[in-house]
Formats: sequence, C-alpha cells, structure tokens
Amino acid sequence: MPKIAMTVNGKQVSADVPANTLLVEFLRKDLMLTGTHVGCDTSQCGACVVHVNGHAIKSCTTLAVQANGASVMTIEGLAPGADLHTVQAAFKEAHALQCGYCTPGMVMAVVDMLKNNPKPTETQIRHGLSGNICRCTGYHNIVKAVQIASGQAVTA
Amino acid sequence: MAQDGIGASTKRREDYRFLKGIGKYTDDINQPNQTYCYFLRSPVAHAKIGKVDLSVAKSAPGVVAIFTAADLEAVGGVPCGWLITGKNAQPMKEPKHPILAAGKVRHVGDPVVAVIAESLNAAKNAADLVSIDYQELPAIIDMRTAQTKGGEPVHTEATDNMCFDWEFGDKAATDAAFAKAAHVTKIDLVNQRLVANAMEPRAAVGVYEIGTDEHTLFTTSQNPHVIRLLMGAFVLSIPEHKLRVVAPDVGGGFGSKIFHYAEEAFVTWAAKKVGRPIKWTAERSESFVSDAHGRDHVTHAELAIDANGKMLALRCDTFANMGAYLSTFAPVVPTWLHGTLLAGQYAYPAIYVNVKAMFTNTVPVDAYRGAGRPEATYIIERIVSKAARELKLDQAEFRRMNFIRKDQFPYQTPVALVYDVGDYEASMQAALKLGDYAGFPARKAASAAKGMMRGIGVCSYIEACGIAPSSLVGALGARAGLYEAATVRVNPTGSVSVMTGSHSHGQGHETTFAQVVASKLGIPAENVNIIHGDTDKIPFGMGTYGSRSLAVGGSAIVGALNKIIDKGKKIAAHLLEASEGDIEFKDGAYTVKGTDKKKTFGEIALTAYVPHKYPIDTVEPGLEETSFYDPKNFTYPAGTYICEVEIDPRTGTTVITSFVAADDFGNIINPMIVEGQVHGGLVQGIGQAMLEGAIYNDKGQLVTGSYMDYCMPRADDVPSFKVVTTVTPCTHNPLGVKGCGEAGAIGSTPAVINAICDALDIDNIEMPATPERVWRAAHAKTMKAAE
Repeated sequence: MPKIAMTVNGKQVSADVPANTLLVEFLRKDLMLTGTHVGCDTSQCGACVVHVNGHAIKSCTTLAVQANGASVMTIEGLAPGADLHTVQAAFKEAHALQCGYCTPGMVMAVVDMLKNNPKPTETQIRHGLSGNICRCTGYHNIVKAVQIASGQAVTA
Repeated sequence: MAQDGIGASTKRREDYRFLKGIGKYTDDINQPNQTYCYFLRSPVAHAKIGKVDLSVAKSAPGVVAIFTAADLEAVGGVPCGWLITGKNAQPMKEPKHPILAAGKVRHVGDPVVAVIAESLNAAKNAADLVSIDYQELPAIIDMRTAQTKGGEPVHTEATDNMCFDWEFGDKAATDAAFAKAAHVTKIDLVNQRLVANAMEPRAAVGVYEIGTDEHTLFTTSQNPHVIRLLMGAFVLSIPEHKLRVVAPDVGGGFGSKIFHYAEEAFVTWAAKKVGRPIKWTAERSESFVSDAHGRDHVTHAELAIDANGKMLALRCDTFANMGAYLSTFAPVVPTWLHGTLLAGQYAYPAIYVNVKAMFTNTVPVDAYRGAGRPEATYIIERIVSKAARELKLDQAEFRRMNFIRKDQFPYQTPVALVYDVGDYEASMQAALKLGDYAGFPARKAASAAKGMMRGIGVCSYIEACGIAPSSLVGALGARAGLYEAATVRVNPTGSVSVMTGSHSHGQGHETTFAQVVASKLGIPAENVNIIHGDTDKIPFGMGTYGSRSLAVGGSAIVGALNKIIDKGKKIAAHLLEASEGDIEFKDGAYTVKGTDKKKTFGEIALTAYVPHKYPIDTVEPGLEETSFYDPKNFTYPAGTYICEVEIDPRTGTTVITSFVAADDFGNIINPMIVEGQVHGGLVQGIGQAMLEGAIYNDKGQLVTGSYMDYCMPRADDVPSFKVVTTVTPCTHNPLGVKGCGEAGAIGSTPAVINAICDALDIDNIEMPATPERVWRAAHAKTMKAAE
C-alpha cells in the first residue's frame, strides 16, 4: 500500500492507503472530514470540490496518491473556528442553500471562481457554477450569493 | 410582527452546519465494527434467474456474508400503501415485490445478490466473482403496447401487464357536452419519465443490539415513522418498540425518499444476521436504476368549447407506467392525485378520465415533486393554450373568461374536490403586470427583426396539497391516515422543544416552525428548538411530502401550542388569584383583563415544573402537550406563470428571456424560504420542459443512466426569476396557509412549452424541447412556408 503525506486544512497528515483510494474517500473515511460529499460518480455534480494547491478540483475523480505532497483545503478548513468565510456568509444571507448537500462543493467552487475573477458578471457566474449541480435552489439565490460575496449589486 | 416571528424573512439556522461542512447525513454516520453492503443488480431488464454460483465469491478476501432471495423466504415483500379499485370494482393487481429478486429479474437494477464485507472494495470485488445465469426474456418496455405485446408478462398475476384500469368523472355528462360543443380541441401528450435526482444518493445503515433486541435504521427518508411502520409491520415483523428509524440530515428528496425501499429492509434484517452494523450507500449510477422514477404518462385529451368560448368538458385517456413493481404510493399518483385535479382553475361542468396503469420492465415509478398534479396541469394548460390558438383568442383572456370567479368559493369541482378559496384573477393580473404581457408584441417584433423567434406562454395552475383528510383518503384506498403530530415541550426555564412528525430535507423547518412558535408564545425564536427525524424522539407522524409540512404539521404544532396556552391560563389564574375566564395571553404574558396584574410565560413555565404554589388538585404539573391534526380538506395553492422565450431558428437554441411566477400560497411564514421553494420548483419544471428525460431502449437498458446522459439543469441553463405572491388565506387550517413546495414544478413546465409552441407557431412539441427538436420544428415551418 502506498504511503501518502499531505497537508489538509493546515495540518500534516499521512497514511498508508490502497492505491485506488480516491481523494474524497481518504478525506471522508480516513480523516473523517465528511463535509466533502459525493453526489455522482462521473465528475459531473461538483459536490466533492476541494482545493488542491489552491485550485478547485473534483475529489471524486482524483486519487489520494495524486495529492501526495500537496496542500488540500476542504470546506471544514475554509474559515477558522466558528467563523464563516465571506462566501459562506453570503450563501446564508441570500438563502443560497436548502438541503445543504451540494453546498460545500458549491462554496469551494465559488471561492475559486472569485479568486480568478473577483467581479464576475451574471453570465460569468452562471457559467462558473455550471460544474456544480444543485437540485434545490434553482440557482437563483446562488447567483445572488456570489454577487453579494463579490460586493456587487444583486441582479438575481 | 414579532422579530423572527410569522412573516419575517428570518435567515435559516440550519445553514451554519451545512455551510461549515458539519451536517450529519446518513453516509456520514459510521458505527463501530461496521461492515459494507454492495448489491449486485440485474444487468438485464427481464430474465429468469438460473444458477447462482456464490462459491468463489464466498471465499474472497474480506467477505462477511452473501445473501440471495433464498435466504429471505421468511421475509415479506416491499408493501404498497394505496389500493386502487378500477372499473367494475376490480382491485389493482398487486404482485409481490421481494427484497432480493426471486426467480426472475424485472428491471435493470433489480437487486439479486447482497454482498457484505469488511470494506466496500472487498464487497465489490467479491460481487465480481458471483456468477448468475440469466435466461433472458423479451422485455416489456412500451406501456402503450404492454397489454397486447404477448410473451411472458412482467408478473404472472397480471397476464396482460395491466395493474388497473381506472375511470373517474361523469362520462355521460361529458359525452353530452361534447355532442353539443361548437369546437373540440384535441391533443396527444407525453409526460416523459424523469429521475428525481436528489443530490444526496440514498443510503442506509442497519444496526442491531443483541443486548436489548433493538434494531436501528439510519436512512435517507422523508418520513421515518412511515418507514418504521411499513418495514416493521409488513416486511420484517419487528414491533415498533424494538425498531428505531432515524432520518438525519437528508440531502433533498423531491418525493423519491418517501418510499420504503428494499435496501433499507435488507440492511436492517442482515445486521442481525451477521451481528454487525451494515452500511449501504448508493452510487449515482445505482440511484438511476433503483430510486423510484417520476411522471411517465401518455395522454390523449379533448376539450369541448361552446360558441362563446366557454369550456364545457374535458376528457382524457392516459397510460401511466408503474414500472416493474408497485412502489409505496405509485397507484395514487395517476389516479386520485391526477384525475381530481383536471378541473384546474376553470368552471367547466363535466370531466371524464380513464387511466390504464401498466407494468413494464423498468424502474418503478412513483411520486416526484408534484406527483400527479404536474401531469394534470400539463394536460389542462397545454390543451387550453392549443384551444386558444385554434380559436384565435388571447391565451390569457381565454383562461380568464373560464376562471372560477372569486365569488364562487367554496367551489365544488366535477371531480370531487372542493376548492375552499382563491382569487385566480388576482394572481393572473399580478403575473401579466410583472411579465409586461402587454409589451410582448413589441418584443416579438424586435426579435423577429434580428431573425429570432419569440414566444410567450401562460400557465394558470392549481394544485391540491397539504395531504390529506384521513377519512377521505381512506375511502379512496389509502392504507394509512394522513394527519400529522407534534409535541410541544416547554422546558422549566421557558425554552421550548418541539418534536414534529414532519421532516426537513431542505425546507428549513427548524427555522420556520420556530417562527410559528415564537409568534404564538411571544418568545424569541432562538429559545425554540425543532426536533425531527428520529422515531425515538418524535410522536408518530406521517412525514413530509405533498407540500404538507406547514399546512398539516404546522397545524399540529399550533394545536399543541393552544393546549399549552390554555393550561398556562389555569396556572396564571391561580397565581394571579383571578378566574380563568379573566386571563388573557398576549405577547408572551398572562394578564388579568383590565388590570396590570401579569405573569410572563417564563414564570408560568417555571411554576409548572416547581409547583409549590399551584392548583395541584385540578392541574397536573409540567407543561408539555401533544396534538394530532387531521386536515379538513386539501389546500389549493394556485397562480399564473408566464414564460417568455427567444429561439434561434438556425440552431434551435431556446433562451428563457423572462419567467414570472405569481402564486397564492395563503399566509406566509417566511417569504425568503417560500421564494426559494418556488425558484427550485421552477427549475425542476423547466428541466422537464427543456432538458431532462429518462430513456429506455427496447431491450430495457436505461440509456440515460448518469449525469453524462441525463441532462440536469445547471446554472447556465436557466434564468433568474421574478416571483410575487397574492394572498387568499386557507379557510380551514389555523395558520391560513397552503403549501409552496411543489407549485413551481407543477406550473412551469406547461408555461415553457406554451412559450416554445407560441414562438414556433406550432401546436405541440415533445418534451424535453431540446435544441434538436426545436430546430426540426422551426426548420419544418420554414420548409412549409417555402413550398
């Protein structure tokens, strides 16, 4: 079994895992970080989005060994302690979540989107969200949350 | 208005744990010494199961146990919760639905073998070593030919593959109306099969404690008590007091998590057999072939209209697909939740509907957001728009001239329902204004000038929710009552715990129910906790579906609160040395009428638990009350939706340029949450109209078995919405509320298709109206014009 070591949410972790272990399995089962969810098995829904070396990736189609040596951030590490990150706070403000299942992946994707494009237009926001499926909200309020988080006027 | 009370757009208390990634969904629950279950499912649609060879698999590394149907002979099948009686008093055919397929497989995805192992990987690897000899049979896929196709039927109990042949309404009156009609509009509609696709796949964890002989099931359910009742009483013969069902945080349901599924029963049963906890979590591809699907109706409808444009009668013939087995509430969806809704918002006197429900070698079909009402609304609102087009009448005006008027309520429809209240004109006016209906011709001309085709579609829907009066549904075949229960426990220091039978899987009950309590008791909402989802904690209640949680569950909470308030009056009368009749309760305090003598709610609560100075001879200590609420009628949300589209005839691309929704949900507890429910429903309905569809090939393979093939609506497929509400309070429940969970999905689909048909100037288009279908329709039009 390969030995892997990485930084997850600022903490150094290491483990022996079967080579076919997915990053999301390692996070959920070995590290008990169950905030990252699995919504599909084809890299389509984005419930499993985490950041690896500062980039949003889908952890259901990444092997844990591929993240060896990397810095990984999950939803649990986005804001310290009891705090909410700006994007998390905007989601609450805009009622941009209902069942909450897609939410961690959605939030992690939005944080990455705004890092690359701090003032996206509504069209850019909708395009930027298209790798994440939400079945509850109809996206209207998620668009609104991204506009709030980026300090823009709300058009949604 | 109390801060955070009824009417406030209070932010949700649930959000914090979901946003921080510390929610607790079923797959997040792990038990000491847990094993993992993998179901080996049928790869073919219809086959006899020949030899099953487990010998190699049983010795694979990590295997704990392997089970087949032979091990489950003493176990009951998955029960159906509703008996439909068809023509000539014929009861529906109700074949057994075994936990693991016995003798035959009946759809791709039918579970045949269950492998339990130390890890999921070990279970999957062992499943690969199982050998099953499938003797394939021709698959029954098309419900329209299922009766006449011949060959081996899906079930021997239904040799013609028909589950029931049901009719409702006044056939003679309908035929008479058609005989005198000046105009008859006809339409053929396919309401295609959909997959609910809650983002959290189903999961179940079974636990057995030998020391106490107690079973626990953690499951992704909308109604834990219903699962406990069905599974305990009908499948596993476990009495309720030895069975606990917990539905923790649940990641969306949309109906698909109402039903009792075989996997839940299996892990509960097998946990005792193997003496260890068992976890099963569906992969998405597994969800596609094992979660109950929705819709799947094929309908021919006809509308009779007189010379003045008055609608006289509607008749419908529908085929409804039941799939391979009867799911929990499958039979009621195309019948009582569909046929009774065919009056819509219109005052036409006669309706007749016939529904033939068929078994096919496909995944079972059951309730999906709206459940029967979207299918009914699609028929009415498509045929009404087609009629308006044929009669060259404005589609909004034609609707309005046939509306049930505000002064006609309560209104007895020809299909059993009594609408208690409504104002259809008001919601239509609101929609027309918000959507700038009057400005449409100018926008259409502007689109045409750039070579684009613009269309507008109206849908005036009604639905019946807040399901339902127990005596009524009992008469219609329900095998359960449909009340709801709540316990309100006032704690000694005045905080309040509410145990509700309703279940929140995205609806925000922890917030909205606390708002109701805060308003009624005059205390801050933060002092109220809402507890749900655990049969060991909550009273026996029926759960959440049919937009019932507030109208039925909220009414039960109000019932318990009223008992609390009344008991508090007795205690206050004693403390204040006044007669009970002189005590008033308002804004969180008991006062003696006309005096400044007063006790706060908190003081009364403390006195109830520290009854030193107390009317102990006549009043028990403590302050906790339970109420069961059985609704007096359905509630009838209604409204008008207007969709505007622009189509590029060169590519068939359809863009929704505007979508407005004007809904009457009665009184509203939390406008923010109501709007969110509408948004989500609208996108599910738009998804049906433009993107989604489950497709089986003639061998019974589900061609759309993943998110690569089944087109889920994404953020860039849909617009932002304009949402407004009008209010006629429900007349028969204490909060005056209706239900808002399903309306969006019910009303949006026909609005979109009406808009696309209007843009293309055509009578009909098949759903989903993909760019290819739209392009073909636009192209055919161009070719015809060129001839």
